[in-house]
Order: sequence, then structure tokens, then C-alpha cells
Amino acid sequence: MSAYAKGETHRTLDDLLGTRWRRPPLVQRAWLRWVLLVGLVVYLVAAISTVEVNWSRVYEGLDRGGAFVMAFAQPDFVSRADAIWNGMVESIVMTVASSVVGILISIPIALGAARNIAPLPVYLVCRGIIAVSRALQEIIVAILLVAIFGFGPLAGFLTLSFATIGFLSKLLAEDIESMDRSQAEAVRATGARWSQCIEYGVKPQVIPRLIGLSIYRVDINFRESAILGLVGAGGIGATLNTAFDRYEYDTAAAILLIIIVIVMALEYLSGLIRARVQ
Amino acid sequence: MIENANGPIWRLRNRRETLTRWFVWLLGIAIFLWCWQQISDATTWFFVWDAPNIASDILGRATPPRWSYMDNLWVPIWDTLNIATLGTIGALILAVPIAFLAARNTTPSTLFIRPVALLIIVATRSINSLIWALLLIAIIGPGVFAGIVAIAIRSIGFCAKLLYEAIEEIDQSQVEAVTATGASRWQIMVYGIVPQIMPAFAGIAVFRWDINIRESTVLGLVGAGGIGLQLQASLNTLAWPQVSLILLVILAAVVISEWVSAKVRGAII
Repeated sequence: MSAYAKGETHRTLDDLLGTRWRRPPLVQRAWLRWVLLVGLVVYLVAAISTVEVNWSRVYEGLDRGGAFVMAFAQPDFVSRADAIWNGMVESIVMTVASSVVGILISIPIALGAARNIAPLPVYLVCRGIIAVSRALQEIIVAILLVAIFGFGPLAGFLTLSFATIGFLSKLLAEDIESMDRSQAEAVRATGARWSQCIEYGVKPQVIPRLIGLSIYRVDINFRESAILGLVGAGGIGATLNTAFDRYEYDTAAAILLIIIVIVMALEYLSGLIRARVQ
Repeated sequence: MIENANGPIWRLRNRRETLTRWFVWLLGIAIFLWCWQQISDATTWFFVWDAPNIASDILGRATPPRWSYMDNLWVPIWDTLNIATLGTIGALILAVPIAFLAARNTTPSTLFIRPVALLIIVATRSINSLIWALLLIAIIGPGVFAGIVAIAIRSIGFCAKLLYEAIEEIDQSQVEAVTATGASRWQIMVYGIVPQIMPAFAGIAVFRWDINIRESTVLGLVGAGGIGLQLQASLNTLAWPQVSLILLVILAAVVISEWVSAKVRGAII
């Protein structure tokens, strides 16, 4: 649609009668289209030729793949119930604690990272914190924190809090920057202090978005907490890893099903809450 | 509104709302404190108090990065790029039919097929690529191929979700116009729907490719190929100068891929 709108809309009918209609291409410039196409083909050939696939190993694995799919039909919640329960509780505990701390820290940082209410030095510092937090992936932060703080959920909790700050502060700051100025000005015109301006002029405008983002982040934190155990940072990941290592697919399937159900429940819940606050 | 001797005073909330709010806050704080208690019980605090020393020790060992190790990294970087790109292409090939089955206006059956497609989307989305990689390594053995498949499966849900939302938002009058010419079902698809979602499709592809570059850098931690393998090997041998170099390379890859994706999306939209 966009391609068609660019130059061809104003051609007259006479013009068109002589030529056969052709579908407008996605990329307008012909040379660019060919360069992209040839480049893609060359890259694909190079890439696929360097990927070594041991097809006999893959073929052998199909049986195990089948066994895993079958395991989903009859997951085993019982034989490792203790390990699953402890891992799940730890994951949920990490999720809740890190979300609370992350949200509490990210609010002042978001205020600092909004150009319309923060002075330039504060703005730069806060934006720097956000950039660092967003550039580092959770699992790498977790590895470093496990090396520093030792194994256990504390490293996972700190990782998730750190990741929450980058995510939430950035989106919240953007929301504050795009808010309606006149309300904040009206509150200031009554002689309100800075803190009162924030409380009555800014907060009511951004609170629905903050709640929505927070719940979304709780959802992400839970998903991430499921893998932090792989590097020793606590949660259900360690149990899952052990289950895979022992080829106990029925237990692994049970854990994955629990994760999927909790994520779906969280998504449903967040939909309900977001619909209510907005 | 509350009245006192000088008349009504404006309050933000009435008494009942205030009480409910206090109660919810109390409950929330209690839950948080209990969670913190759990974490604290599972922590060896002696190690935590020692953390600043350890952190400075690691930092001391990790600087300066061993630049000569870069020679060993070019092949893993190429592998990482391949995992992300081939994985994204595989995901898109699988996501397109699922998206058409999941979109309300193109699905053959709202009752039976749409829920199945939505289930596939949710299931693939809610499990992290590292877990998919673990699973695939157990099934088809370690290596780049397991990484590609893991990325592909993980990305199906994301791509299909955004794509089916784009399909549901198309301009129906164009589809009607094509239908009115007597086009068949496939012709309606090709001439009525596909041109409308093409920009969204390209945007989604590049966006997901950017995310996949990030994810494929760490897939090697569980043995699925790419630069993560080198990271894991260096961590296991406590070769901190190599670790810091690899982290710098990963950081650079993330920044570059984000820049490329922003540029391309800017050009499309």
C-alpha cells in the first residue's frame, strides 16, 4: 500500500491503458532490491555451508524428541514434587521481591530521566544507569553476581531488580516526557512545592501506565527467574536443568507446563488489571 | 468531603477508601517481607559482606582484557550471527501460517483452529530460548544447529503474535475490492492482505533479529554454539581477562544490532 501511494496514484487512465498492471515491489529502487536479494543469497549459502549438522545424531535424537512430546501427555508432577515445589516457591519469591525493589528504585530514576522535570546533570546520570542496565543481559549479570555474592537466590534477586530498573525507568520516563504539561502547571500555579507538583500534577497522569508496566515486568521477571537457576542464581531453573541432564522428560514436562500455566495466568491477570486502571 | 468547624475540607479520598488502601498496602508489605525473609534465609551473609573485596579482586583480574584472544573469537562471532539470522528466518517461515490461522479475519475456524494457533503462540513465547536450547541439546546434541532451532522455536510466538495483530488491523475495504473482482481465496490473500502487512512483517523480522542477536550470544552457556561457548570455557577456567574481552564483544554486538535494527525500521516505516 505504501509503495503504491508514492508515485503512481496520479497517473491518468490513458496512461494506464497501455501498460499491464504489476504488483508494486516492497523496495522501490530496483538496484537496491537486487543488491539485497543477491546479498541475502550469498549470505545464506555462506552461513548454511558453515553450519555443521550431524544428521545421524539428529536422526537418533528424533526418538528422544518423540519421548519428550509424549512426556507432555503424561507429565510427572509427583516423583520430584519437593524439588519442583521448592524451586517454584523460590522463583516466585525472587519475582515478587525483585519486582517490588526494582519498581521502587526505578520510580526516582524515571523522574530523573524525564527531561521535562529533571535538570541536565541528573538527566544524564539517570539515562546512563538505564543504558547500562538495558545493554547487559540478565543471564550475564547473573553470572557476574553469582561470582561476587555466591550461589543462591540473592544473586537472582539482584539481577532481576537491576534488569527491572532499566526496563521500567525508560518506559516510565518516556511517559512522563509525553504527559500533559498544563495540569502540572495548574498545580504549580496554586503555589505547590516540587513534591506536591509531582504528587498532584504528574502522578495521576502516569499511574495507570506505571501499574500496567509493573505488571508486565512481573510477568517478564517470572519468566527470567526460570532460567537464572542455570547459572546458580536460584529458582526453578536448577531443577529443570537437572531433569534434562537425567533425561527425566516427564518431570521436565511438568515443570514447563507449570511455567506456561503461571505465565498465562499472569498475562490474563495483567489484562484484567490494565483494563480496569485505564 | 469531611466537615469540621470551618466547613468542608477537600480530601483526596474518603475514609473507607483510605482504610482499604492501608490494608492492601499492609498486605503487600507483609508479602514482600516474607519473600525477603526467604531470600535472606537462603543466603550465606558472610559471602555477601565479603562481596566488595571479591568484586574488586575480579575487576583487578579482568583488566586489561586479553586482546590477543580476539583471534579465537571471529569464528564464534560468525556462528552467533548465523544462529540469530537463520533462526529468525526459520521462525518467520513457521510464524506466517500460524499468524494467518490465529487472526480472526483469516482463520478457517474460530472454534477449533484459532485456539490451537494461540496455544502454540503462548507456549513458545513463555519458555526462554535457553530452556529450548537445553531441551534441544538433549534431543539433537550440542552445536550450532540446536541453537538455530532453539531461536527459531522461541521466536515463533513473538513473530506470530505481532503478525496476527497486524493482520487483524488491515483495511477490510481493500480485501473486499479484490474479492469483488472474483478473486479466489489465495488471490485475495496475495493481492488483498499480503501487501497491507508487508511493512509490518519487515519491521517484525528486523526487530526480532535484533532480540535474537542478544539471545544467541548467551546460548553457548548451555552448549548451543556461538560466542557463549567461549564465555563458558573462560569462566570455567577462571580466565577473567578473556571473560572481560568476550563481554565487551557481546556488548558491541548488542549495540550494533540495535543500531542496525533501528536504522532499517526507520527506513521501512
